[in-house]
Amino acid sequence: MFGRLTLQAFKHDLIEYLAGISMIVAAVIIISLIMYHRRWKWLWKEWLTSLDHKKIGTMYVILSVIMLFKGLIDALMMRAQQALAVGDSMGYLTASHFQQIFTAHGVTMIFFVAMGLIFGLINLVLPLQIGARDVAFPFLNSLSFWLFAAGGMLILVSLVIGVFAGTGWSSYPPLAGLKYNPGVGVDYWLWSVQISGVGSLLSGINFLVTILKMRCPGMTLMKMPVFVWAVLVTMILVIFAFPVLTADVAMLTTDRLLDTRLFTSEFGGNPMMYINLFWAWGHPEVYILVLPAFGIYSEVVPVFSQKRLFGYATMVWALIAITFLSFIVWLHHFFTMGAGPNVNAFFGIMTMIIAVPTGVKVFNWLFTMFRGRVIFETPMLWFLAFIATFTIGGMTGVLMSIPGIDFQVHNSLFLIAHFHSTIIGGVVFGFFAGYYYWFPKFTGFKLNERLGRYAFWCWFIGFLFAFLPLYFLGLMGATRRLNHISVPEWHPPLILAGIGAFLIACGVVFQCLQLFLSIKERKENREPTGDPWNGRTLEWSTTSPPPFYNFAVIPEVHERDAFWAMKQSKAPKQKPHYEKFHMPKNSGLGVYIGALSFILAFGAIWYMYWLAIASALGIIACIIIRLYEKHTDYYVSVEEIEKIEGMKQKA
Amino acid sequence: MKDPTSHESYPDPHHDTYSNTVFGFWVYLLTDFMLFGALFATYAVLKNNTFGGPPAKDLFHLPFVFIETLILLLCSFFSGLGGASAHRKKKNRTIILFGLTFLAGVVFMVMEFHDFNRLIDSGNSWQRSGFLSAYFTLVGTHSLHVILGLLWIIVILLPVFWSGLTPVNIKRLSCLRIFWQFLNVVWVFIFSIVYLMGVN
Repeated sequence: MFGRLTLQAFKHDLIEYLAGISMIVAAVIIISLIMYHRRWKWLWKEWLTSLDHKKIGTMYVILSVIMLFKGLIDALMMRAQQALAVGDSMGYLTASHFQQIFTAHGVTMIFFVAMGLIFGLINLVLPLQIGARDVAFPFLNSLSFWLFAAGGMLILVSLVIGVFAGTGWSSYPPLAGLKYNPGVGVDYWLWSVQISGVGSLLSGINFLVTILKMRCPGMTLMKMPVFVWAVLVTMILVIFAFPVLTADVAMLTTDRLLDTRLFTSEFGGNPMMYINLFWAWGHPEVYILVLPAFGIYSEVVPVFSQKRLFGYATMVWALIAITFLSFIVWLHHFFTMGAGPNVNAFFGIMTMIIAVPTGVKVFNWLFTMFRGRVIFETPMLWFLAFIATFTIGGMTGVLMSIPGIDFQVHNSLFLIAHFHSTIIGGVVFGFFAGYYYWFPKFTGFKLNERLGRYAFWCWFIGFLFAFLPLYFLGLMGATRRLNHISVPEWHPPLILAGIGAFLIACGVVFQCLQLFLSIKERKENREPTGDPWNGRTLEWSTTSPPPFYNFAVIPEVHERDAFWAMKQSKAPKQKPHYEKFHMPKNSGLGVYIGALSFILAFGAIWYMYWLAIASALGIIACIIIRLYEKHTDYYVSVEEIEKIEGMKQKA
Repeated sequence: MKDPTSHESYPDPHHDTYSNTVFGFWVYLLTDFMLFGALFATYAVLKNNTFGGPPAKDLFHLPFVFIETLILLLCSFFSGLGGASAHRKKKNRTIILFGLTFLAGVVFMVMEFHDFNRLIDSGNSWQRSGFLSAYFTLVGTHSLHVILGLLWIIVILLPVFWSGLTPVNIKRLSCLRIFWQFLNVVWVFIFSIVYLMGVN
């Protein structure tokens, strides 16, 4: 009945109990708050079942921030362990717990923080930037979100029931195979990655169609904002890369569930095939994360330099070049596999070449600032920090693209420092820049500037402290994933890195305070115009927050910085002519399918096959119900539009 | 193709029109091709890893697979004609043609399971070797797609019975038709790479 789920699954050591209990307490507090305010119905109708891209985007961001806290606590625990467990001391974590922490940290940060934040921002901003009322497939969008949420919940549940994988975030077989990892940890990994991966794949299809089919009249491809271009090429990457992950993870799953011999070390399996496929997804994934961030910088820099973007066409072609090249560099993740000098040389050279279009982009941003009237608000600070950290990360990347050097620093802390420089410096800083920049658009008030600066400086200095020592440690020979440090010389830099992680945590605390204070003082920080930064793109042409239909009248575009051009032209304002239009109705089926996928995964992880099969049938039933639903859309009448638009005018 | 749904039930050009859905469906098929690409790559790598078990040329019966191929081609043929008659608003003909697609698909699946059974009964299941694992994974994933395609025919044909060839139903039948063509294209690759190249 319960498969391999026994009471044993709930037995943990003290620290794991504390983590699990604090998570449950947090959940109970949130649920009782909702109960107390009797907000269930509101939550269900206004948020959970909503197909509005702005609300789905907000839910993505909220969930990703929750996961960010989890990933950050993982990071702090690792830093504390490595600062303590030197010489005779073994630290405070057991080896198996430490393994789970570094695995969970990687999976959480890549799949559920970086991906979630990026998809959240895309959801929020993209339809507004192309002058559309919604995405191409609103229901699919909701479904993507709920699959993403189901994957995230699986990781959280593994804190309480059973264990998480201890194999590292990439779960290489044969270590991750059934023979060496018979427990549930790797299964949690497999199913959480698989479910959220399918969600991302569906999002990829959705946004590609949205961009190609739903731009407002006049917006040709070369008139799209660069953020939209960045998302377009990102979605092409998603479409080509994520199916490979799906196949790869599915094959490892059959290895573990059905005894196939694809990646085993006996019976003629080939574990290296898994690693090849994993990085054939994994390297494009890096660009899936960072290209939208590049798009954010391309929006922020012109606005805060009060000047149009330098080299629009080269920006676009650089994006396209990166997209292409990102598919032929994956082997640099395992030069040490020994594919031979010619293969390694090819992938090494391709990796070096990819730095060229990236460099083009960096120079374009800098030239945009050149002779502009630069306003140093927080988004711009994040951008400048990005330039510094990302350049360091990029150059160490080129260093490692030389196979001979890579053999020395492979799997060392040098590598860890490199990819944290690019992912934190690129993606996370980019998200923060976008967060400050677009926050007033979706809430109607600005964020507190002073606390934002405090947060920025904590993050930036903390980042330098946390990761620069790791470069040196890597060169001194320290490998990644050590739960005990046996070389005393490594101790001082590790303490510095620990201090850095603590500073980053302070930055996060300031960001929480900032959000809290900004909401509290929202009356003072109100932003009535809808265009607080003197923006250039269409999202600023509607009110803040935008009505659920975004634009009462679909805008018509003639130039690149469309809203800027509208503001410059002296054409007299005509009274808008409203027409009725279609909007999607809410649907709870996305929530149900997400929940059923979670149960399906849970059943498969614990070998409760009856549960897994029942929920698979449930998912099919939900899809059929959705297909048979007749009235999935409704008309917004002219009177309703006039009423909403009139209210806005009065405000 | 002309948009059969315009100005009927979807006057708003910005919402889930025929062309958005069909284009989105093509993009989905592209992702599915990538998935099969990964499986083909795995098969190519593991093909000679028989671990002392029988190699491909001792296992496959080409004439049997050839008949399977012909039957699957019939599926594509019927579904293509079915899609065309749906666009010409010939309800009965559409139902009959997709019904024939369904029948041929069932015959294909019966043959496929027969073939799988034969291999498993002779002790050559996926647990035997890396090669057989890759074979069962690749061809099995195709079979899974065919089963979903069959289920989907039922799900989509029932509303055609009830409410006729409404714009929404035509849109769905168009996607269904493309899906069956896709199943066939993948099978052609399986037939060439797994079977034809396997027996030589």
